[in-house]
Amino acid sequence: MSLILSVHDLTMHYTTRKGDVSAVDGVSFDLERGQSLGLVGESGCGKTSIAFSLMRLLPENGIIKDGYIMIDGQDIVAMDYNDLLKFRWKKIAMVFQAAMNALNPVYTVGDQIVEALELHFGDIPPEQVHERIASLFDLVGLDPALMERYPHEFSGGMRQRAVIAMALSCDPDVIIADEPTTALDVIVQDRILKRIRELQKELNMAMIYISHDIAVIAEVSDRIGVMYAGRMAELANSVDIFAHPTHPYTYALMGAFPSIKGKKRELNTLPGEPPDLLNPPQGCRFHPRCPYATEICHEKQPEFKPVNGVTHNDLTRGHYVACWHPLEGVTL
Amino acid sequence: MNAEVITIDESLVRVEGLKKYFPVGGSLFKRAKSHIYAVDDVNFTIQKGKSLGLVGESGCGKTTTGKMLARLYDPTGGHIYLNDMELGQVDLAEVKGMQLKTFRRRVQMIFQDPYESLNPRRTIFDTVVEPLAVQGIGDLVEREERVANLLELVGLTPADTFLFRFPHELSGGQRQRVAIARALIIDPAFIVADEPTSMLDVSIRIGVMQLMQELADRFGVSYLYITHDLAVARYMCQDVAVMYLGKMVEVAETEELLAHPLHPYTQALISAVPIPDPRLERETIDIKGGVAQPIDPPARCRFYDRCLLADDHCRDNDHPPLEDKGNGHMVACYKV
Repeated sequence: MSLILSVHDLTMHYTTRKGDVSAVDGVSFDLERGQSLGLVGESGCGKTSIAFSLMRLLPENGIIKDGYIMIDGQDIVAMDYNDLLKFRWKKIAMVFQAAMNALNPVYTVGDQIVEALELHFGDIPPEQVHERIASLFDLVGLDPALMERYPHEFSGGMRQRAVIAMALSCDPDVIIADEPTTALDVIVQDRILKRIRELQKELNMAMIYISHDIAVIAEVSDRIGVMYAGRMAELANSVDIFAHPTHPYTYALMGAFPSIKGKKRELNTLPGEPPDLLNPPQGCRFHPRCPYATEICHEKQPEFKPVNGVTHNDLTRGHYVACWHPLEGVTL
Repeated sequence: MNAEVITIDESLVRVEGLKKYFPVGGSLFKRAKSHIYAVDDVNFTIQKGKSLGLVGESGCGKTTTGKMLARLYDPTGGHIYLNDMELGQVDLAEVKGMQLKTFRRRVQMIFQDPYESLNPRRTIFDTVVEPLAVQGIGDLVEREERVANLLELVGLTPADTFLFRFPHELSGGQRQRVAIARALIIDPAFIVADEPTSMLDVSIRIGVMQLMQELADRFGVSYLYITHDLAVARYMCQDVAVMYLGKMVEVAETEELLAHPLHPYTQALISAVPIPDPRLERETIDIKGGVAQPIDPPARCRFYDRCLLADDHCRDNDHPPLEDKGNGHMVACYKV
């Protein structure tokens, strides 16, 4: 399989009046075509900032300080604005969190997709446009007749499907889905996640899911990256990370998640709250909440490296962790 | 059942035929022609010291039910009997005026969004002490002591460092703890908790859930716990009631409901919940279409349009009543 996305040592700050907020700090991951990665973590852990960095849609005060983001061999961090306009949506597209806000209420849903198509492919004959939108609607499970309708006539689930159709319109290689189903009811969520998953396999796209919900991430991702306070704490295949969580934060996060299946086990609590990223703690950013923290955790930042005894040491297959005292042989 | 009949049972709250219809499209001079049947003929009981989870998708009427129990909405019809040690049996749907004020001492509410439910201009002390002031309980010294004690109990320690802070200085989890303290300060018998943890991050959420359970045991309060998340209900509630378009479709003990759901809607709902473990396979039981609004619904099973089992009988008869299928597992379905 071929590498489509490579993020290396990505570091991103927001400049504020109170100082720099270290939102993303030295994050690396790779993704192949047809692979899906779930980024999971609590609010403020940097997962959405990574998405906006990948799209180069950061607000004015969001500055990429270091690292590169290679998408299909081109570094999007260094790219100038005009090239970026042609690149974005064709190579990498995004499904936004709030589907209502992502759609313009005064245009029909169809017209909004036409806009994206025209921007990238110039003038296309109307029949062809119509055909393209109809097939996109079909793909995401919407009745093509609905393209003449306005966003307010759509239900939450239909809007989310329309936004997915929009993201697919220019055949991107990578799609980022930022909390794509968070506002939806569980039955609708289930249908949409299934459809996205099928599409991803059919079209052989690389997919990044972003969610705070580890259950959703577990269902749709081949690989999972656990983020904490702007850093990647652990990255591994979904099955491996659940079978052998290695970072104490990963373990705590999984143990804090209630499930309706299996034995009703005691839920873990994690004392304290995530740090203020204006003044992140020295050393490992998790050390103030970590039950295993020792001297070194206060002083030195642990390296993000393959877990001992794991054969794969590449970022598309391997099990990586950033911890001085990785857990061994624990399961939930 | 007649209101005068005093039953000796262990129920704390018994809801009978509760209804709330909202008018659509009316105005000052024009009577509304249609109504949203937000809650339509709902019956349930909450046992003393136990908590009932009310689950369902958005728009199913669970919040409306909760708000009627806290009397933030006036019911269109039906009864809410509260068996109270202090007040005896009262029908909350009927109380008015001064009586309503007394009753507010017994029933409190915790809201979903701690960023909106706390007054940003009031200190934590002002917020938590308010119910005592309204009810005229204790003098200033006593009130201060009670507030400080309760803040310690909800985990805001040391209390004196929190007393004179403002909500914007607190995190989401801390704010929700303040909201819990405010609800508990006047020793209620019963608390309506409307999605109290759904805005909180995972690691914070469990702490608040455990706190609510500890306090329930300590103060002997029961919750009506409204949530869309069955997994949360599993940890918080002994019993779960599932609502669909204003109707109660299934009520059972939590583990029983999760293991053996009987109503086709409950089955679909449970099968759609993602499992936080990629090693477990999940089989989806799908249903047709999406949720509609219950505007002037026809007299048939509310679930008829989406049900895969439905037949003419379900179409031609009114919504089925809740029936006990053994061990208190109640289902409203003709096909079970």
